Formats: sequence, C-alpha cells, structure tokens
Amino acid sequence: MILKYSIQRLLMIIPVSLAISVVIFLIVHLLPGDPIDNLIRVGSSPEDRIALTAKYGLDQSLFEQYFLWISQIMTGDFGQAIVLRRPVADLIAQNLPYSLQLGGLAFLFSSIVGLILGIVAWASQKTWGEQFVKGFILLGSTVPGFWLALLMILFFAVNLGWFPVSGARDWTALVLPVLTIGFGGIALVARVTRVALLEVGREDFITLLHAKGLSRPTILFRHLIPHALLPVVTILALRIGWILGGAVTVEFVFGRPGLGSLLIRALGQRDYPVVQGSLLMLALAVMIGTLIGDIAQAAMDPRIREATK
Amino acid sequence: MTSAVWNKLSGFAPFRAFSSAIGIVAGGFLILLLLVAFFAPWITPFDVAAQNLANANAAPGWPHIMGTDEFGRDVFSRVLYGARTSLSVSATAIAISVSVGMLLGAAAGYFGGLFERAVMTVVDLTWSFPDILIALIFVAIIGPGLTSTTFAIAIAYLAQFTRLTRAQIVRLKSETFVEATINLGATPAHVVLRHLLPNALAPVIVVGMLAVGDGIVLEATLGFFGLGAQPPTPSWGAMMSSGTAQLFISPWVIIYPGVAVAATVIAVNLFGDELVRALDIRDRVRS
Repeated sequence: MILKYSIQRLLMIIPVSLAISVVIFLIVHLLPGDPIDNLIRVGSSPEDRIALTAKYGLDQSLFEQYFLWISQIMTGDFGQAIVLRRPVADLIAQNLPYSLQLGGLAFLFSSIVGLILGIVAWASQKTWGEQFVKGFILLGSTVPGFWLALLMILFFAVNLGWFPVSGARDWTALVLPVLTIGFGGIALVARVTRVALLEVGREDFITLLHAKGLSRPTILFRHLIPHALLPVVTILALRIGWILGGAVTVEFVFGRPGLGSLLIRALGQRDYPVVQGSLLMLALAVMIGTLIGDIAQAAMDPRIREATK
Repeated sequence: MTSAVWNKLSGFAPFRAFSSAIGIVAGGFLILLLLVAFFAPWITPFDVAAQNLANANAAPGWPHIMGTDEFGRDVFSRVLYGARTSLSVSATAIAISVSVGMLLGAAAGYFGGLFERAVMTVVDLTWSFPDILIALIFVAIIGPGLTSTTFAIAIAYLAQFTRLTRAQIVRLKSETFVEATINLGATPAHVVLRHLLPNALAPVIVVGMLAVGDGIVLEATLGFFGLGAQPPTPSWGAMMSSGTAQLFISPWVIIYPGVAVAATVIAVNLFGDELVRALDIRDRVRS
C-alpha cells in the first residue's frame, strides 16, 4: 500500500516539474538585460551581435526557445553557458558536490542536535534547562545568517585562527559554514520537536500510560517520541530544498562554490541557461524533499495513507 | 482612578500583551524603535552622510560611541537612521503581502474548485522555496533599490498569508452564522468582506507582525548583497555590506547594525508571542 502511494506521489512530480520549468523559463526571460552584452567585444558590428544572438537561439520565439530547452533537458543537456562558455551540466556537476557536502553535514548536525535539544526542553519543563533551550531557539531563529557568519569569521578564523576565513580547500573550511547554517537549523528542529512533544504529551493515551505506572523514560522513548517525530520529519524533509538553496548567503560570505553561488553569479551576468539550469535543480531538490516528507509521513501515519487512497 | 484606566485598557485585548515583564520590555523596545525610526532625521547626533576621512575607522569611544566607518561617518547615527529604512521597507512590504495574500486566500477559500487548486499549487511551491532565493530573483528582475526590495519581500511572504487566510476562511465557512448569512441571500462579496475576513483578521495580523521581523532580516540580507538601499542611504544591511571589506580593521561597523537587526527581530518575536497569548489564538496562527 505504501508502495502504491509512493509511486502515485512520484508520478505527480512529472507534471509539477513541467509546470515549474515553464515558470522558471518565463522568470528568466523577464530578467532585463541581455547576456550578449557581457559577451560582445567593444567595437563589434551589429552583424556580430545578430550572429551571436542566433548562435544561442535567442532570436527565436519564446515558445520555440522553451521547447528547445526542455527537449534538450530530457536528454541530460542543460545547454551551453553563454558567459562562462561551458556546458551548464558541467557547471552544475562541479558545484553540486559542494552544496551537497555543506547541506548534508549541516542537515545531519542540525537534526541530531535539534532533536536532542527539543527533548531536553520537554524533559526539563519549568526549569532553567527549558529556558536555555527556549532562549537558544529564539536566538537561532532570529539572528541573520550572514551576520552570524561574519562574527564566526571574526572570532574563530581571525582572533583564534582555528579555521580558514574562506574557501573550500579541506574539511576545516567546512566547520564554520556548517556551524552557521546549523545554528538556525537546530533552532527550527528543536522548536518543532518541543512543541510536538508538548502536544502529544497532552493526549489521553499518554495520561493512561502514566496511570498504568510506566516509567517516564519508557513513555518518552517508546510512545512520545515516535508520535512527536511526525511533524519533525515533515519539517526536516522540507528543509532539504532550503538547505541547498538557502545556503546562498553562507556560501557568499565564506566564498564557497555551490549551487547558490552559481545562481547568484549567473543572475548578475544574465547567463540565462545557467540561471535556468540551477533554478531547475533547486526546484527539483525542493520537490524531492517534499516527496520524501510525504512518503515518510504516510509510512508513519496510517491516517494519511487512508485519506489519500 | 488608575485601576479604572487599567480596566478599560485591558478590556482591549491586544493591550493585555503588555501584562507580562517580557511584553513590557519587548513592546517598550519596539515603541522606542518606532519613535527613533520616525524622528531619525532630527535625533541623530551626527549627519548620517557627513564624511570625515581624517577620522575614518575610528574605534568606539567619545563622541562616536559606536565608532566610525571607512568614510568617517558616525556608526551610531547611521544605526539609528537605519531603523527608519529597515522598518519602513519591511512594514510596507508585509502590508502589501498581507493585503494581497488575504484577498487571494479568501477568494481561494470561499470559491474553492479549480481556482483554489491553481492558487494553492503556486502558493505551496513558492512556500517551500527559500525566501532569500525568491527575493533575490525578483530583485534581479526589477533591479536593485529600496522599491524592488519592498516588492521582493512582499512576494517572498505572499504564500504564507495566502495559506493562512485560506485556512481561516475554510474553517469559518462551515460555521452556522456564515451559512445563515448565505441563506438570507447575502452576496459573496458581503459574506467575504463583512463576515469572513473580519473574523480571520486577528491571526493574520499577528502573523503579519511576526513577519515584519523576518522581513527586516530579509531586507538586511538583500542590503548585504548590495541589492537594497543604495549609498549613502543608511540601512542595516547596506552598512554591513560595505563594512565587510573592513571586517578586520573596523569590526564595529558590522557588529552594531547586526545587533540592531537581531535585537529588533527578537523583540518582535517576543512581543508577537505575548500578543498570541493575549488574543488567545495559538491554535489559529498555524496554517
């Protein structure tokens, strides 16, 4: 049954990604400016310009351009970057590992620490422990990421000299970016976990378990956490897309390569194919995240499986 | 006498947000900030644009209590003035977002059907997309500046208010008083504008207030990318953007505007929580 549901949800991705590709294509062509401006040499003739425009297919109608683009993507060809003069697929393949590395580590780090903090906050209700976690949640969800990144550089890289200021040479360069993204992520996971635990804790069946005389740890680990995990998993799955694309500010501050940096640079240069390609990748990541979240929810909660049958 | 005044004020529900210590401190800070933002041109100790290259990158001290930046401009004055830029941009953006989002959400929730599905598909997609990316793309389309920053923030948060309003409307639509109004022959416009939206207002306004905090962070981030306020207009994000080059020489140019952003957003969140408690709408602010 869960398999059938998964296949149904997986098939839904096809029409949705087609719709998204249209939106992305239109957005990119709404961008003012012309990539040819960045390409053309000073003093070249109008004929050169026409030739260049034709070379990249920019003289065709939007309709034709879209179908050319989408049919090429079906064969794994994302087109040629206009300003960077390389296949877009190469650029994405080059930047994606950095995003996955940073995103994956930050994701793991914030999920684990966030879950632990959420449980600590629940278990230490009305003591300083809960206040501490609540304070952390407030700070983590409000402090701007780029500012935190700058403070980290100032303190850990310049004053203490523990980690490099920027770049992506080895693992030491990953520590500060992961901490920066993790800070906000931990706050989010801890908040959702805490609220979910509080809500499940008010349910009748938990009262019954207490009345039966089960120990607090048994109730917490055997009954409360499995139930409270549902919203946490949903939020975590939604974060997959966020962590790949939302890392753009952190990538910018630490001078790291990545999908976000690629997109920002391409936006500045009006490099249409690169903007389209990286946006499509990010949208796919968001969709896959949502899909994983939905399937995980259906696997954990029979009510959802029944409702969507 | 005073108790009579208190009773009257506490009868007005939002005022009860001030009934706790946190509410007083956070609310007081926000009121102070609003005053600073409003009167900024008259209260800054130094001219925000006056350059003094002989005194550039001066460490915090007297008379420049937060130091000076790379042009010798007073950081404290610019932080005060930055409140004006940040608050007005964020509040305008969220006001646009709330108004359009309420209309879209109300229409989707009331009429349902294909229209609702179309709106909600787009909304769900943008909702799961990082807000900074949405804002960056829209600024890239319209071009840098405060106006495009405002619209970018408005668009980035539109999905949130559409979802929230729709959820309220769907919940209200099945209430008896709404059914009665419809059966009495009221037009859809009357039902939506006079009965549904007013009842959906409280949670949307509170979430809107919380979103002003997020909008300030987004405005600062766009400003940090050099896409928001253009020089010499002081904005918290733009100050940090130009300060990055001098990060190791004059860190105070970055630290103080960041503290201003963080303190404002924390105050907004704390006061927002108190408002949610005072209005007793905790179950309704989640969509």
